[in-house]
Amino acid sequence: MVPVERLLPNREAADLLKLVTEIAREELAPISAEYEAAERFPREQFRLLGRSGLLGLPYQERWGGAGLGYEVYLACLEELAAAWMTVGVGLSVHTMSCYALAEYGTDAQRDRWLPDMLGGELLGGYALSETNAGSDPASMSTRADAEGARYRINGTKAWITHGGVADYYKLMARTGEGSHGISCFLVDAGIPGLEATPPEKKMGLTGSPTTQLVFSNVEVEGDRLLGEEGQGLPIALSALDSGRLGIAACAVGLARAALDEAVAYAKGRSQFGRPIADFQGIEFLLADMAAGVETGRAMYVDAARRRDAGLAFAKQASIAKLVATDAAMKVTTDAVQVFGGAGYTRDFPVERYLREAKVPQIFEGTNQIQRMVIARHLKSS
Amino acid sequence: MNIVVLVKQVPDTYSERKLSDADSTLDRDSADAVLDEINEKAVEQALQIKEAGEGEVTVVCVGPDRATDAIRKALSMGADKAVHVCDDALHGSDVLATAKVIAAAIGKGDAPDLVLAGNEATDGGGGAIPAILSELLGLPQLTHAREVSIEGQTVKATRETDEGLTYLEANLPAIVSVAEKINEPRYPSFKGIMAAKKKPVDTFTVADLGVDAGEVGLGNAWSAVTEAAPKPPRAAGQKAEDEGDGGTKIAEYLVTQKLI
Repeated sequence: MVPVERLLPNREAADLLKLVTEIAREELAPISAEYEAAERFPREQFRLLGRSGLLGLPYQERWGGAGLGYEVYLACLEELAAAWMTVGVGLSVHTMSCYALAEYGTDAQRDRWLPDMLGGELLGGYALSETNAGSDPASMSTRADAEGARYRINGTKAWITHGGVADYYKLMARTGEGSHGISCFLVDAGIPGLEATPPEKKMGLTGSPTTQLVFSNVEVEGDRLLGEEGQGLPIALSALDSGRLGIAACAVGLARAALDEAVAYAKGRSQFGRPIADFQGIEFLLADMAAGVETGRAMYVDAARRRDAGLAFAKQASIAKLVATDAAMKVTTDAVQVFGGAGYTRDFPVERYLREAKVPQIFEGTNQIQRMVIARHLKSS
Repeated sequence: MNIVVLVKQVPDTYSERKLSDADSTLDRDSADAVLDEINEKAVEQALQIKEAGEGEVTVVCVGPDRATDAIRKALSMGADKAVHVCDDALHGSDVLATAKVIAAAIGKGDAPDLVLAGNEATDGGGGAIPAILSELLGLPQLTHAREVSIEGQTVKATRETDEGLTYLEANLPAIVSVAEKINEPRYPSFKGIMAAKKKPVDTFTVADLGVDAGEVGLGNAWSAVTEAAPKPPRAAGQKAEDEGDGGTKIAEYLVTQKLI
């Protein structure tokens, strides 16, 4: 992996990036291909991230987080995703699964649950989508009915990253009608009545299980409600703004991994008596790939700096997600092109990168939804 | 228990390493620099001993300015404080001079109960520092340990060689050099990185240590590297056609190499 020279705010951030890069190089990269092929989830590796204090980077130190800005957190995500997309995406999902509690929970709720989620080895997932409520989450039908001091939850959530392997889920369910009738809950994975279905048979990110979650008369205490009743959708949408930045950073990492592979291959592979990297046809492919990687990085860094400075960043987050994930799709496709027939085989990692690059264009809001968000900001300004 | 760990910054084994054209010393600028892996294991061993009882772990490092990165890594793993000997006069010092400087640096602090070191570094690979230091400090040395334990005032070590295992013990204070199989070093945590920021690092020059500048440096080294050449590329391997007797041919080859 070619190291990235970053403008980091201080020495501690630089030391953190060194630690993350070392873990990525020593613990993740060597096993990623094998685990993805075997559809095996790297649960132990997430525990290592937990022990290293990497599961709560952008949250307050008071509850076990690292108190870091998004600029540094996203740089860490990029490094992890460059070594193994499943881990980068997984960390982004975990970080977002803590968001509602960290931002909307009461101090009592945060004191009780957050330290184990941020500073321990627990892993989270979040449950927003349903089979018939994807881009339009307000049409969800899973219900959480108040019964005295408790809620009874029934329904099926879909596309749950870490389904069946997470320790808890952030759940959005209906407590009333319409878009103001959705509430947010923190639910333990082991609670009676909650089952994960067998994982979807996906095209990529096969090391990371994606399942449905079936809630059958799941009863939770009233203090599992995060924020107010009816506040769920605004919480979910606000979490998505930050989650999109995470996905942008992961997509940049993935694209960068593909670029590094392509450059190395093009320098080593000779045709017509010289390395194919010396042919303009390949040079221009590689140059465009590098431009794609660096554009994506510039977009997420800019959006993160806005977020860290307390400025509005939702439009920039959508632009970063759109640009970085479309770039990753193109870069990984072109990486296969540089490899030629070899790139189409599973002997090299680039075909896997191509398969992994497709889903970032879809999750955390499809890239069509990102354009809607961007256009909405343009029209309202 | 007062434990001193010797640490060294070396070029990352993942990057291309070379000697400088000017004086055939290590070209430190050409490669990323890291805390030597064997030293990480020595630090890990010190931390395990400390965690099993009580004590303080001091890392001692001789190296240029940027060796502070290696020192910070050891501190972020959990060492308590550091001594850094940093002086341009040290450039090109041989193992004798280096050991004298280390001995003097150790003498600046409280007398150690245990000195831990790696058995050899991945750069120079002299592997002589622990032995020379043992002589200079008048301490027993248990070298190439793959297991270390402390029992009261005794340190026990298991040394592994090609011939077998040797079980060693000595009274404390003593010097122990650890070998590759000793442990798997921990990664620092983000908390460790933040804590390292506040840990004390004492920096000394050669003069501060009372060592004569005429005893150190390239000009005063007892040996010199006169020339270095990269390893020739590996020759192509030997091919054997498998005509149903592939296994036998491989076995025959291994016999000629005295491997079986």
